[in-house]
Amino acid sequence: MIADVQTVIWKEFKELFAQRTGLRGGVAGLLVLLAVFGIFMPLQTGRAWVESPAVLIYWAWMPLFFVSGVVADSFAGERERHTLETLLASRLSDRAILLGKIGAAVGYGWGLMLASLLLGVVTVNIAHGQGKFLFYPAGTALAIFILGLLAACLAASAGVLISLRAPTARQAQQTLSIAIMLLLFVPIFGIQALPVEWKAYLVRMMLAADLTRVVLIVMTILLTLDTGLFAAAMARFQRARLILD
Amino acid sequence: MPEIAIRTEGLTRDFGAVRAVDQLTIEVPAGLVFGFLGPNSAGKTTTIRLLLGLLEPTKGRAEVLGFDTLRQADEIRSRTGALLEHSGLYERLSAEDNLEFYGRIGRLSPGGRQARIKELLTHLGLWERRRETVATWSRGMRQKLAVARALLHRPTLIFLDEPTASLDPVAATALRDDLAALAAREGVTVFLTTHNLAEAEKLCGQVGVIRQGKLLAVGHPDELRARRGTPQAEIVGRGLNEQMVALLRGQPAVASVEMRNGRLYIDLRGDVNVAPLVSLLVSAGAEVEEVRKGKASLEEVFLALMQEET
Repeated sequence: MIADVQTVIWKEFKELFAQRTGLRGGVAGLLVLLAVFGIFMPLQTGRAWVESPAVLIYWAWMPLFFVSGVVADSFAGERERHTLETLLASRLSDRAILLGKIGAAVGYGWGLMLASLLLGVVTVNIAHGQGKFLFYPAGTALAIFILGLLAACLAASAGVLISLRAPTARQAQQTLSIAIMLLLFVPIFGIQALPVEWKAYLVRMMLAADLTRVVLIVMTILLTLDTGLFAAAMARFQRARLILD
Repeated sequence: MPEIAIRTEGLTRDFGAVRAVDQLTIEVPAGLVFGFLGPNSAGKTTTIRLLLGLLEPTKGRAEVLGFDTLRQADEIRSRTGALLEHSGLYERLSAEDNLEFYGRIGRLSPGGRQARIKELLTHLGLWERRRETVATWSRGMRQKLAVARALLHRPTLIFLDEPTASLDPVAATALRDDLAALAAREGVTVFLTTHNLAEAEKLCGQVGVIRQGKLLAVGHPDELRARRGTPQAEIVGRGLNEQMVALLRGQPAVASVEMRNGRLYIDLRGDVNVAPLVSLLVSAGAEVEEVRKGKASLEEVFLALMQEET
């Protein structure tokens, strides 16, 4: 099955980089993203880009953004372009197709995140290094690595689940964007809406909290969500339903 | 490979209140081109989906290459190729990448894939254009590529769902010729749905006629013509008139006769000698220039079947 998953990933990447505007357009889009997240933002942020623990939030959020840009197309796009039924009529198993689609989206989002991260380190070192190599502390780097992967899996699993149901790629994209916005803004606005004394309590609690413990809890939550969403996508993946939809 | 490639018993599929396939019972022998004929919405595409295990039957069962469509659909899909309602090609990718993808799915070795892709594209006259994106190709070229994709992993059975539909006559003829040559060379069983009767007549060793999900007739095109179509004679000449039509109607060998555009079209009772009828016309004053005798075309048989059932 691994070879089949790799085959689906190979095709997804081929299509992704070919895009509608051709190979050059696809690569150009990637270069723009790398320039923004690997050069512009590190330059604006300075040394804090590698020294502040707050970067964990940034790097955990970034794969959501990258993955959501491509994963909505996974099934809805194939359905729209009339390639899905032929794919379903092939010998590929349900699991291989699903894992291949998720794997490609994760590979794209997480890969782009790592590339942005490395480019950002280079940028910060060139702009602010002053002869000293600046890099994330080992624990932070590991947390970024794992949180980024889990966040990419979350966006990919949710995106595939939405894409399985959506009649068009555009609709899938819209639904996924709303879901991600809710995920980001509901906690922000929710906290703002809290009474002052509650907010103060939260701040005190966060300052006193063990960061490692918090990161582990977040990782556990993400892993649980990833597993649940993948199981939901597997349950939703029925060839007859996909064709008749 | 089993002698019977496809066997269905009372295969039925409902979509809500609509019965798309109704008690379909057929046997398709291995190694021939089987034409599944029917008008639009007859149930042809649903039948293919059922045979590929993409849909579950409401009732009845089907076996493809000896495998049950309900329980062993994976086995079926690994041994068959399909060109479905749409070509299913990835238009952003090149022709070569499309075949590369399905070659990998078919578990062909890298070397074997390359050789097979070259073999098929060369045969179809597409090798020189293999690196072009499919989006830039004509519909006829895409259909050829889709046929190549269906045959890529050397399946023992291929399903072709109206492969020449919406092609212009030149492209349709070219694809039909390629299909016939490839099917013969590869020795595959072909399950071909079409509503192009000339196509079925040229390609198919056996045909089944379906309407509103029900199988109306099955057999070799000649058998169907013999069973359903009456022998006919067409007489061209001068001086043919309504009196002669009445004269012919009185003959025991004549089932029916009509005059159109100054020509006589006669339905005969069996494979009778038309010489006495010609003599009769000559003696009545006609100058006969040409007599053509033949059986009804598959199209006429098809139309007769459609009318019988309405």
